[in-house]
This record gives sequence, structure tokens and C-alpha cells, in this order.
Amino acid sequence: MKVPIVSMCFLFSGFMCVVASGVGTAASQAPVAPQEPPRVFMGNTAFPDRPKAPQEVLDHGKAVYGVSCSFCHGSDAGGGEGGPNLLRSEVVLDDQNGERIAPIVHGARASQGMPPIDITDVQITDVAAWLHSIHVTSRSLQPVTPINIVTGNAKEGEATFHTMCSSCHSITGDLKGFAGMYKDPRSMQQAWLMPGGQGGRGPGAGAAGAPELHVKPATVTVTIANGQKIEGELNRIDDFYISLRDKDGNSRSFLRDGDSPKVEIHDPLVPHKELLRKYTDKEIHDITAYLVTTK
Amino acid sequence: MNGINRFAVVLLAGLCCHSVGAQSLDPATILSPHPSTWPTYSGDYSGRRFSTLNQISQSNVKALSLAWASHVTTGSHSAPSGGYGPAGGGAPVIVGGVGTTEVNAQANIRSTLIQVDGVIYATFPDNAWAIDARDGHELWHYVWKTRGGTHIGNRGVGMWHDRVYMVTPDDYLLCLNAKTGKEIWHREISDFNLQYFSTMAPIVIGDHILIGTGNDLDEPGYLQSLNPETGEMEWRFYTVPMKAGDPGLETWASLDAASHGGGNVWVPGSYDPETHLYIFGSANPSAAYTSQLRGPGDNLYTCSMIAVNVDTGKMAWYYQTSPHDTHDFDSSQTPILVDGPFQGKQRKMAMSMARNGYFFVVDRTTGEHLLTSKISDTVNWASGLNKNGQPVRDPAKDYDIGGALVSPNNQGTTNWPPPSFDPETGLFYVQTADSISMYYLATLDPRGAMGLGGKDELNLGTLGTYLTAIDYQTGKISWQHRYPGVASYGLQNGVLSTAGKLVFAGDAGGNLVAYDPATGKILWHTKIGVSNAPETYMLDGHQYILVAGGDTIYAFTVNN
Repeated sequence: MKVPIVSMCFLFSGFMCVVASGVGTAASQAPVAPQEPPRVFMGNTAFPDRPKAPQEVLDHGKAVYGVSCSFCHGSDAGGGEGGPNLLRSEVVLDDQNGERIAPIVHGARASQGMPPIDITDVQITDVAAWLHSIHVTSRSLQPVTPINIVTGNAKEGEATFHTMCSSCHSITGDLKGFAGMYKDPRSMQQAWLMPGGQGGRGPGAGAAGAPELHVKPATVTVTIANGQKIEGELNRIDDFYISLRDKDGNSRSFLRDGDSPKVEIHDPLVPHKELLRKYTDKEIHDITAYLVTTK
Repeated sequence: MNGINRFAVVLLAGLCCHSVGAQSLDPATILSPHPSTWPTYSGDYSGRRFSTLNQISQSNVKALSLAWASHVTTGSHSAPSGGYGPAGGGAPVIVGGVGTTEVNAQANIRSTLIQVDGVIYATFPDNAWAIDARDGHELWHYVWKTRGGTHIGNRGVGMWHDRVYMVTPDDYLLCLNAKTGKEIWHREISDFNLQYFSTMAPIVIGDHILIGTGNDLDEPGYLQSLNPETGEMEWRFYTVPMKAGDPGLETWASLDAASHGGGNVWVPGSYDPETHLYIFGSANPSAAYTSQLRGPGDNLYTCSMIAVNVDTGKMAWYYQTSPHDTHDFDSSQTPILVDGPFQGKQRKMAMSMARNGYFFVVDRTTGEHLLTSKISDTVNWASGLNKNGQPVRDPAKDYDIGGALVSPNNQGTTNWPPPSFDPETGLFYVQTADSISMYYLATLDPRGAMGLGGKDELNLGTLGTYLTAIDYQTGKISWQHRYPGVASYGLQNGVLSTAGKLVFAGDAGGNLVAYDPATGKILWHTKIGVSNAPETYMLDGHQYILVAGGDTIYAFTVNN
């Protein structure tokens, strides 16, 4: 479950300012009390991590777990051949100091396949401390390992490029050096699919440090009642308003009422958008594989 | 028809002038709500968000103008600022809570605004306000000090007699005195340690409060009924099998997978008094993307329309709109209940526009499938429909090491913001988007990931964002208004239709717009940055349109 990103951004943005400034709140906030209350962060990290046990307890707990538990529950407690994932287990999440875990280790669920394990309650407390030290989130079981996304066939990709892309682009022309700008092929793939990015989530498109592409902006021609045409870069449009920046840098805006004034938008990315309806995943992978060879 | 409505308006003018002091709602009246109120999440139990009011109509909507605007501020240090007219001044701030921290974000009201006896109840996570519907000044403000949790939104209060109820992100149900905002009790409704968080507007049906809960880890989803006097739990209905022998278990790899299978209940449903069934949508199965440990089955009863008996919590029927979902395409959307002709026969129906891009009509007494229609032509995650009208997932579109181009994106063709149904046009109105993302596998662990992990989604934008009118008998788009421009707009905030032959909805530019329900022609607009679904009611003989824009609530009426 997740709600639309627009709402999340709105929520997050408020908090971002709080985090960044350390003091401020929304501009509308009433006079600030002398002692600021602690802040809540509206995100998925808001479930508090527990206070960490001393390192020797964690080390001992991890060692006991490794010897007595990991064979079935996995070395990271995320589940294994025989035993369930302990990170999402109600027993572990609700446990404080091993009190919920101990009876099960001692055999309370033997009939359900969990054999009694011969460890002491002190050892169980240490194992519990180690389990509780693991940061459990809904996003990932463990750190994401880099995965090479270049799975396509470069040879076929070259042919596909010539069919789908070469009417506008050339490897030796406008795309000279394009692939070489990217360390990460995934970012490169996102960039050629939708140059300039359309707002990604997570690393990749639009990420900080991604090479800046010189994508032509959408332009607009507004024809007003006397026939005069005003042209420029499209800034903003809805059913009632349009604004543009003309070649002298002036911001120009017009109210809209149906077809008056006449508005013509020229979007240089139309071919890229139309191709999104046409590509097969194989064609995408092949084109990327081909572009990687042009580095 | 027109004459009858005029009579109703005259009658109303005589009846509606309750004093603010009453502030009470007999739950029996929600069965046929008085037009002077908006007493429950959808305005009534049908989920239609259609009002029989027609004082504001096509003939005078051009004269619709601001009656008042009221700004709200979060937190216990807030000072009520009242409307932009006379100062509110001195409304009490009531502080409760079991935690030590407070939300300090600027309010962005995306909740339903309940209006009863001339008082509006608005919410934001950990904050509730009572506002005078006559001039917008604040009557009280309740602040909950939280212990944390996912503060993603709050969808409004429920009302039962002189009490209002809201949930908190840290999993409490609050019972407040409607007149004073003072807390009567709070009760824990879900296990915070399991990373549950609560956003749903409580739905009051008779002497039951129905509530669901959200979770992005792998914990099981449920709907529960609480006693409105005491908050004690009456029943709990899990959307996934929780023990050996539970129905649907055969659609999961194991009991461990099923009981960690998600299917949370975080959007209000609708209610059919004839069958005494509450009909709601369940969310995605978990783990959301890397589904291998769930087994190849349908993973019941996630991503389904589900009907439960309000007294017992027993399921009467279900219809799964995304069998074995692999894209976090919750089917949580509020179903709309309609009595009407369907392909030559009179039918009692439930309709839902699902996040996965498909529109569904089922028989609401049995769950029998009647119609499925793909509403966005970019949608590509399914290869077709099975004989029961369910989309058949294409596993190649789950995700890919090299990236899979998938439509819709995670936000869906639509999401939780409410659609509307106009019985006069027979059209279902919903805001939709042709959105596209690349889905990349982000873990090579053969166990997959938990919750929403395991994939990276990189957005490619939308090819169009629309207000869409669907003919429910054919599933075809009757008309569609595309928000102009080239930008990738997010999904919009929900729809209202009225007997004044008007459809109201926020657009991608932040305008509140009135459209002709039959054609989509634009009839009126004002730019306020709409953040929730518009509503309407009569007060003192005037019809109002009520809507939120960020931290401000706006009331519009036709000024004489």
C-alpha cells in the first residue's frame, strides 16, 4: 500500500525544512515555545529502533544465533530452508528481552515443527538483543547489491536502434559520448528512454550527480485575437491559463477560455513518449546493450 | 422532478436551521442522510458522492463564489486564526496522546470533511479541528502526541451521536466529544511493534465502528468492528488466512506466507442496508513485488472487493480484481453501490475502478462478475482476462534484471481518491492517468524481499492524466477530459456529482472545476490548489460546495 506521491511529497517537504533548518516550522506556525518538542518524521523510518544493547551482548547473541538458529532461519534471520523469517515475526517484533522468544526455543511450538533448542535463557536474551538490533524496514531484506542490468544483445540492439531511433539520433552525431557519461547503465537506460527524466523514485533517473542532458524544452505558440503570435518555452498550462518565457527571457501569461487564445504546444519528446507504447522489453535491453558498446 | 426538488429546498430552508449546539448524529439517519449534512466519508453509504441538491446548477454555477476560507495550523502551539474575515480567537486546543512528539508539518487536508449541525470536522495526522460551517471559525482543535509511525495521511472522522472518532498513525482510535473536542477515551487498535499505521476514516454503521489498518511490512490486513461506547472490539475479519483450515489457504505457499500476506484495509468501503453487507477493497499482497515465497496461487483475499456482514464480520462474497498482484496495485478503492439497469436487466451492483487500470462491475448481493473494462490503453501488466473477468498477470511484466516497462506505475491508473457516480447520466467519474515506469529487480536473494522492497521503480512519466467518465453498462469511456500540457501530473483528489447537473473536481493545475456531467464541458473554475474531494450540503437555505486546498478549507455558494 502506498498513497500517491504528490501527497507524500507534500508531507515530506514540510519535514525536510524542519530537518534542514533544525528549528523552523511552517511559516504559519504560531509563536515558538521556548523548548521545542522533538520532531516526528513522516516517513517509513518513523518506527523507532530500539536502544542498542552493549556490543559484547550483541556479539554474543549473534554468535549463539549463528551456532543454534541460523541453519533454519538464515544467517540474517530473514528465513531459510526450514525456518520462517524472524524479522517480520510477530513474536520477535513484540518481544522485549527474550520473554516471548524463550518458550518457543524451549519447545512450545514443537508440534508445529520448531524443535526445542538447547540454549539457556541468558543466551536467548542475548540472541533477542541481537535480533532487536537489526533495523527492520518494509523496503528491503538486506542492502541492495548492485545488479548489472545490461542483459540485451548488442548486435540486435544496433539493428533496433537503426529502426527506432536513427531518424532523429546518430551515435557519431548527437549521441557521441552519450553512453560514456554514465557509470551506471541503468541511469543511461532511463535517460535514453525519457531524456531529462520525469522524476524517478530512488537512484537512477534524475538522481543527484546524473549527467545533465541538453534536452530541448517544450515550446508553445500562442495566437491572440489580433493574430499576433507569441512564442517561447512552455512554463505552465492548465485549462484556464498558460505561461511561457519568450526569447528575450520575458515571462508572458494568458488566460485561456476554451480555444481562445489558440495554443499550440511543440513537445520535442513526443517521439520518445509514443515509443513507450511500442517498445518490447527486449528491444529496450538490446538498445541499452548496444549503447554500452559505443562508450 | 424539478418541482419535487424545489419543494425539498423549501422544506429544507425551514428545517435546517439547527443551532450549532446540537452537534449530534443519530446513526440511523446516515441510511438516508439529510441534505443539510455530509455525515460519513462518502456523504452516504452508497459511495456515489452524488448529491440530490440542485440549488447550485448549470444555470447559476457561473455565480458560485467564496463564502469563507478557514486556515488551520497543526500542533499544540497553534493559534486558531479563524477565517480570513473576523478573527476566530480563543478556540481551545486539547492535547492528548501517549507519545512525546508532535507533527509539525503544515497541514495538507486530504481528508473527508464531515459536516453535521453546522459544524465541520477536519483532520490531518494527529490533528482534528471543529469548524463553524457558517463562517469558518475554529471551535476546537485536538492534538495527539504520537509515538511515531508512518504519518502518511488521515482520511477524516466518523460520527456517532455526540462523539467523533479518528485514528492515529500510531494505531489508536480516539473518541472525542463533538462539542468540546475533549477526549472521552483512546484505544489501541493495532500492534504498533508490527509497524501497522492507521489512516482510514472510521465508518459508523448503526452501533458499529468499522476500521481497517495499514502496514507496509508483511503483516496481515484486517477490518474490525468496535463498540462506539467503549471501543471494545466486536469482531475482526482478516483478509488473509491466519490458521490451518482457513478458506483461501490453498492459494498460498504456506500458512507463514499467508499470515504475512498483507491485504490491508485502509480506504473506507460502502454499505448495503438491504443485505447488511459492508463492501470494501483489500490492498496488495505482501511481499508486494518479489512474490516467490507466496507461491503461484491467487493469494486470497488480497486485492479484492470483499463483502462482510456488519454484525458478524463473516464474509458473504469476494471478487478478486488482481489475482496474485505483483505491483502493489491495492484494490482498496471505495466501491460504488448502484441500483440500475445492466444490459437489459435491473441489477444491484458494486463498481470499482481499480488501481491496476481496470473497471469492474459485480452483483453486490452475490459477487457475481458482470463486467471488466480496461480504462487506460497503456496498461500492459496483464495479458488478458480470464473467464471470470479477472486480469491475467503477465509474469514478464513483474520486474526484470534489465528492467520491465510497466503501466501503470506504482501510483496506479487511479488510487484511493474517491470516484463519483451520477444516477442521472449513468456515468462513473474517476481521475485516471496513463503512467509508465521501469521496474528493476533490486535483490538477487532467492527469498525475495519483505514489504515493498525488492524492486526499484524508475518513473518514465505519464502520457496523459484525465477526468474520465465511464458508462458502467459497456465499460466504455463516455468522455474524457485530458489535463493539458506535457508535464507528468500526479493523480488528482476525487470527484463529486450533483443533481444540479454538475461534476466538481480538482484539476492538475490546482483549480476546482465544475464540469457538465454529460459532456465534460467546463462550466466554472477557481484556482485554490485543491487537496481533497469536494462535497456539498445545504445550510440556512443555501447550498455550499466545500473543499480543502492544503491548510485552508473553502466554502463556496451562490451569493444572492
